[in-house]
Amino acid sequence: MELDAKIPSGPLADKWDLHRFEMKLVNPANKRKHQVIVVGTGLAGASAAATMGELGYRVHAFTFHDSARRAHSIAAQGGINAAKNYQGDGDSIYRLFHDTVKGGDFRSREANVYRLAQLSLNIIDQAVAQGVPFAREYGGYLGNRSFGGAQVSRTFYARGQTGQQLLLGAYQAMERQVAAGTVIPHLRKEMLDVVVIDGAARGIITRDLGTGKIEAHVADAVVLATGGYSNAFFLSTNAMGCNVTASWRAHKRGAAFANPCFTQIHPTCIPQSGEYQSKLTLMSESLRNDGRIWVPVRAGDSRPPHEIPDAERDYYLERFYPSFGNLTPRDIASRRAKEMVDAGHGVGPGRNGVYLDFRDAIQRLGKKAISERYSNLFAMYEKITGEDPYTVPMRIYPAPHYTMGGLWVDYNLMTTVPGLFAIGEANFSDHGANRLGASALMQGLADGYFIVPLTVGNHLAEVAPGGVDADHPAFRDGVREVEEVQERLLAVNGNRTVDSFHQELGRLLWDLCGMSRSEAGLKEALAKLPELRESFWRDVRVPGSGDNLNQSLEKAGRVADFLEFAELLCWDALERDESCGAHYREEHTTPEGEALRDDERFSHGAVWEFSGVGHKPARHREELIFEHVPPSQRSYK
Amino acid sequence: MDFTLHVWRQGTPGSKGDFETYQAKNVAPSMSFLDMLDLVNEELTRDGGDPIAFEHDCREGICGSCGMMVNGMAHGPEDLVTVCQLHMRSFSDGDELWIEPWRADAFPVMRDLVVDRNAFDRIIESGGYISVRTGSAPDANAVPVPKPDADKAFDAAACIGCGACVAACPNASAMLFTAAKAGHLSYLPQGQPERYERAIQMVHQHDEEGFGNCTNHGACQEACPKGISVDYISRLNRDVLRARLAGVAFDST
Repeated sequence: MELDAKIPSGPLADKWDLHRFEMKLVNPANKRKHQVIVVGTGLAGASAAATMGELGYRVHAFTFHDSARRAHSIAAQGGINAAKNYQGDGDSIYRLFHDTVKGGDFRSREANVYRLAQLSLNIIDQAVAQGVPFAREYGGYLGNRSFGGAQVSRTFYARGQTGQQLLLGAYQAMERQVAAGTVIPHLRKEMLDVVVIDGAARGIITRDLGTGKIEAHVADAVVLATGGYSNAFFLSTNAMGCNVTASWRAHKRGAAFANPCFTQIHPTCIPQSGEYQSKLTLMSESLRNDGRIWVPVRAGDSRPPHEIPDAERDYYLERFYPSFGNLTPRDIASRRAKEMVDAGHGVGPGRNGVYLDFRDAIQRLGKKAISERYSNLFAMYEKITGEDPYTVPMRIYPAPHYTMGGLWVDYNLMTTVPGLFAIGEANFSDHGANRLGASALMQGLADGYFIVPLTVGNHLAEVAPGGVDADHPAFRDGVREVEEVQERLLAVNGNRTVDSFHQELGRLLWDLCGMSRSEAGLKEALAKLPELRESFWRDVRVPGSGDNLNQSLEKAGRVADFLEFAELLCWDALERDESCGAHYREEHTTPEGEALRDDERFSHGAVWEFSGVGHKPARHREELIFEHVPPSQRSYK
Repeated sequence: MDFTLHVWRQGTPGSKGDFETYQAKNVAPSMSFLDMLDLVNEELTRDGGDPIAFEHDCREGICGSCGMMVNGMAHGPEDLVTVCQLHMRSFSDGDELWIEPWRADAFPVMRDLVVDRNAFDRIIESGGYISVRTGSAPDANAVPVPKPDADKAFDAAACIGCGACVAACPNASAMLFTAAKAGHLSYLPQGQPERYERAIQMVHQHDEEGFGNCTNHGACQEACPKGISVDYISRLNRDVLRARLAGVAFDST
């Protein structure tokens, strides 16, 4: 497999500008002759569809939801970074770039990250012009906060609903194009395959989730904006519907998958309250700006928190990391919490959490100030747990959240299949081995509004519009194969529900390929996964039929793909014989217990090529070159 | 806790539906309402039955996917929550629960508790946006927005498009949804150029979709999980009136 990242030449700061000049343009009169499919209508997909519609392409926007406004981007709470330096605190494009490369533990591409930092400025401008109601100060200008370990205040936010407000902005921009006739919405249609003809992506196969109809859709380019795969772990902060199906089926059609083992565990989620639970709730990590994290010094201490005097509390993040304290990056905060709970210091009914305490902040700033900052988060916590965080410390625990890995893309965000693009969380590009807080919204919108509309054009300039139709054998085969998988799922008629398999898979991955990983554990997972997959196909029960709304059938298809994908996840974790960012191998730690990178052997992206279900995939490498941020051991002490 | 559920079951759009009765046993008070339905569905599936279809996704009250009538109340008895945030500790052991889909002509039932809310998308399409091309925006701080206006815009923008307002309204009106979007944009300087056309277009589309008229019951405000005020409806009515007085006509193109 040939991997050419197509990083433009020239100085770092000029690469994107020069590249925009060098890219080919499509004649305005020809744009409307080109059909472009966008799958997914989250921040990346909706913004891409809206912008390509404005440019004049004929865009088909697909979502499996009932409306384009439902995608999981909507749940992002904390904020979006931009190097505006409105606070005059020393921020700059270069600093955002530098922080992101370092935060990603030197496993991302410098050129991509620099472009992301540049475009962060345009995103905020665009969102404000659309009416996104960011927080403002009394003078009427935009407010910022420091977020997720950044030492400058570069995060723009909209109460605890930043993702919702940005998504509604993108959704409304897209609906404007629907009204203009340039974007055709395809709601409740789940993409189940990519159609590749003569080596290039020429369309997709979908299932109508209302009628069950399997349909072929033809295009000149396909953009996947289908999100991440944290739901492989069953319990995660992702919405219930999030899945790997689109990316996985694209992978099976030839799109390489990069760094799947880079999965981020978010440190501040509400601990699981019972076995029945199918979803964990994230509490914005902005809470770490004022909350102090602690556990009882004595393991097994079951006194209520207010009875534990300060001398018997271990504010372990402040102890380990005096300069960053409670604001250490997500991977570190998560791992330390797990260590505390594993060592018996866990709190709460399940002894599966650590405290996030606002007592001192309330004493220092007053209840009113804390309420102004976090009232909606406190209310949400109280709704779920029945406990009042103003008087009882919150309990938090890490949970799978975001996946840095994804489909491999070049600088143009094109996968290894020509004409197939991947944007937002679905690609692997910008966050390396660990994503910093408030950077996901930034990346999704940079890809969707500002990058892919131009790079798709560059590709289309060389493709004659049309040329194939849905009668082409590749489309007919695609429809038949999707129908066959569906029929097989319905025919098993075994004894176990889809969820019971998903739960078992999740537990296996969480134990053996979760927050910390070892060679022995990963080998064990790789031995168990084929058995689990086989028992799924032998014993799953999918009630109902394929010709109407059947949520069990939808779930079954997604879990079947997770079961295949899980092996790739474990292979990648096994072969990356180092620790870096969110990937923590027990064999590779510093004496202080931090992730120990091995730049000699692993300063590369691991790019996997599919070689059949149950067969070890082929591992390729994209070497990473750091010209501007010399790799160093991250230190947050 | 144990509950008796009476759930609306309907196979396909337009087919005849009816209530079916199920027992939900060993429900933990800390379960959410949807966790409880999951439990019932797991059992139904294992017993060879047909699980209850209901829409849901984020399970944290923000995506707007979920929604059902519980004992005649949209999203159930608690204030300011969606049904995914409703917990079983809000009920008493042994309660009977009547569970129905949103009922409105403009929201046809697709299956069981799942309804089609695409009418909301079409209302947004008719004008619920600010027309700004990607790339043509001025610097974000070029236009200051007084904080009180920004806050009022935000309170309206909090709408999640779940449809509880329609379900709660005796007229099945979607005026709270429509007014929330129009109100959000009308409080911002960026929303002024299209303000009156937007009001005319969105209200026209609202009526086209078959939603009823607002007769000031206020049930929508009570049902809204985001606490959006009916004051926004008054504001939209004022905008429509001003637009008509100024001769702004409906544009059918």
